[in-house]
Amino acid sequence: MTTKDLVVYDRDPASYRHWTLTVDGGVATLTLGVDEDGGLRPGYKLKLNSYDLGVDMELYDALQRLRFEHPGVGAVIVTSALDRMFSAGANIYMLGQSSHGWKVNFCKFTNETRNGIEDTSRHSGVTYIAALNGTTAGGGYELALACDEIWLVDDRSSAVSLPEVPLLGVLPGTGGLTRVVDKRRVRRDLADVFCTSEEGVRGRRAKEWGLVDETAPPQQFMDRVRARAADLAAARPAPPAAEGVAVTPLARRADADGYHYTFVDAAVDRAARTATLTVRAPTEPVPADAGAIRAQGMDFWPLAMARELDDAILMLRTNEAEAGVIVLRTEGDAALVLAADAALAANAGDWFVREVIGMLRRTLARLDVSSRSLFALIDEGSCFAGTLYELALAADRSYMLDLPEEEGRPTAIALSDMNFGPLETISGSSRLALRFAGDAEKLAELARHAGEPFTALDAEAAGLVTFAPDDIDWDDEIRIAIEERAALSPDALTGLEANLRFAGAETMLTKVFGRLSAWQNWIFNRPNAVGEEGALKRFGSGSKPDFDWKRV
Amino acid sequence: MSIDYQQKIPNNVDLAGDRKLQRALEHWQPRYLDWWNALGPEGFQANDVYLRTAINVGAEGWAHFDHVKMPDYRWGIFLAERDPDRVIGFGDDMGKPAWQDVPGEHRAALRRLIVTQGDTEPASVEQQRLLGLSCPSLYDLRNLFQVNVEEGRHLWAMVYLLHAHFGRAGREEAEELLERHSGDPDNPRILGTFNEPIEDWLSFFMFTYFTDRDGKYQLKCLAESAFDPLARTCQFMLTEEAYNMFVG
Repeated sequence: MTTKDLVVYDRDPASYRHWTLTVDGGVATLTLGVDEDGGLRPGYKLKLNSYDLGVDMELYDALQRLRFEHPGVGAVIVTSALDRMFSAGANIYMLGQSSHGWKVNFCKFTNETRNGIEDTSRHSGVTYIAALNGTTAGGGYELALACDEIWLVDDRSSAVSLPEVPLLGVLPGTGGLTRVVDKRRVRRDLADVFCTSEEGVRGRRAKEWGLVDETAPPQQFMDRVRARAADLAAARPAPPAAEGVAVTPLARRADADGYHYTFVDAAVDRAARTATLTVRAPTEPVPADAGAIRAQGMDFWPLAMARELDDAILMLRTNEAEAGVIVLRTEGDAALVLAADAALAANAGDWFVREVIGMLRRTLARLDVSSRSLFALIDEGSCFAGTLYELALAADRSYMLDLPEEEGRPTAIALSDMNFGPLETISGSSRLALRFAGDAEKLAELARHAGEPFTALDAEAAGLVTFAPDDIDWDDEIRIAIEERAALSPDALTGLEANLRFAGAETMLTKVFGRLSAWQNWIFNRPNAVGEEGALKRFGSGSKPDFDWKRV
Repeated sequence: MSIDYQQKIPNNVDLAGDRKLQRALEHWQPRYLDWWNALGPEGFQANDVYLRTAINVGAEGWAHFDHVKMPDYRWGIFLAERDPDRVIGFGDDMGKPAWQDVPGEHRAALRRLIVTQGDTEPASVEQQRLLGLSCPSLYDLRNLFQVNVEEGRHLWAMVYLLHAHFGRAGREEAEELLERHSGDPDNPRILGTFNEPIEDWLSFFMFTYFTDRDGKYQLKCLAESAFDPLARTCQFMLTEEAYNMFVG
């Protein structure tokens, strides 16, 4: 891939084409006004506030800025700049012309961005209010579903709808079906009616069914929404008076070998279909108190590392589709990583540190749902401790070098508080708890050993790593394991990993990434959706789709 | 490359230059000797036997004769010379350079081939361990022992490949080769033929005439392997296999 073809996620409010972010005291307003000609790729117009990946990249950037630059914001209004039109959802012509892989990657990123809104609501106490000032269809309503409250203008014509099934022959796959019943608790028979109706549900009935929380006539609509937002912002417990921390651009260097950052490096071996993600420890101790941490801002190691890792994962997903095995490595001083974890734990009440932990949590969650095989290599000079040990826990397998003392510095891993809760997965449990199927006794035993180094054999015996080959076997073992993995069916591996990574009880989000995404991706491969006579291809052409009527 | 006899394990694969592999094989060697002493030829371990030992893989060196006690036989690792231009002769990868390392994609299949081949070698030694007690002549006795030590060397050849190219799983398989036993109902050798009793010399001659002829073609197949170290190992093993068929 030449660097000019790269898809990058860098966005800056000064150059947003689709969103406007304004802040007024404790209330922020995110206004969607999609530039029709601002599609990420040529070939479609983004009419009626419909969106593509580029629109969501801006939303993701705006959410990051709200988290870090505007700590005083307690309520966020999400609304539209168009008259009587909130959003028509994902752009159908974009979907019609995109490859399967592009569609899946697009849906995954939009899912993650919406999950991020809920993550911030839950952990930072920010209330998101969807102010639906007009027609709200498909992905537009799915965005509203990710907010804490939904307001719909009652003008006798504006409706909320999930028309994917009747119009397009696909699913509302960005959380729609799941959130309607799991989050909004809409009764399933009503949800069935709602999700098969092209025109959707308006005003009073939408409120009765639970599809929206509140309605208001057009003349009062935005005033009432703003009043509600101001009340919510004022009610937020102890809003921080602190100044925000500027989100600075990421220093990414992309070249033929991969993607290079300060603390993260993604080296791509295209012939071997692998990428090696190396995460480096801080080179000096992080500050211990919240004021000094905030003064470091984006350079604070846990945040700098998380942002770079987040970007590297997105680069690999979007630009390196064939890098099927991601090898996870770390380098540096584990003591400095554990010290950084201690600083996070000691200042967890600080708003900035809370947001840093949130960024770490969401970045690791992005890794969890990446459709790539993840192998952690814990070898000499590595620092899989605390937060960085989460990388090994996220991996499908981990290999730890058992190095005899006479051959060099023995490898070690260590646990910290960060492994026991704050970096929970989308299943609501820590990766350790998932690994040991919630075995409370085992987790308590491990917690007693937090901070202590585990040698390779101890780690293997404790179940913290998969294998502990010695230096005799290491090179062969690793090379062969990676080559073997890279030779297996990529589709089967994606399915296998998605099933094994999320043991235990389902949550709304595991259902979104499992049940909903898997069915959607099946439908995306069926002729009834994407064949020449399929619904997605025929949409807008004036002719009806020609279905194969057999139920499968 | 000539064979380095200064080493604990004679070899022409520069074992001295691969300390890790050397350590692994030196760990396996005493287990092999324990096995030979327990299940190798019964009754003649302390006798000097006039045996052929390879001192060089070239035509001039592979048949060096001397008197040696069987447990002191210099079992070693000898591969035919490498042809740096060798290409794969068949299949999807035909025409590409032969593999010097196991491709992970074919790890399981190659390991199974090597383990199955390797398992037959100690198996036949176990099958024949009592024949020395009923030999028709001193000439036959010597032939039997020549066959036995060379089966032992073929085991070494397969164990080398497992250790050098298959990581921990390869080492575990190498241990298993000494732990399965011919005719042991709980722990048999892999192939049925190698669990049949060989209690008399007619069975032995039939074995060397027919089974070893089949073995020759197995080796000739493996000598074409795209995995070059396996091919080179089997090329050299064929020079020894010819002797078995001569006995038959």
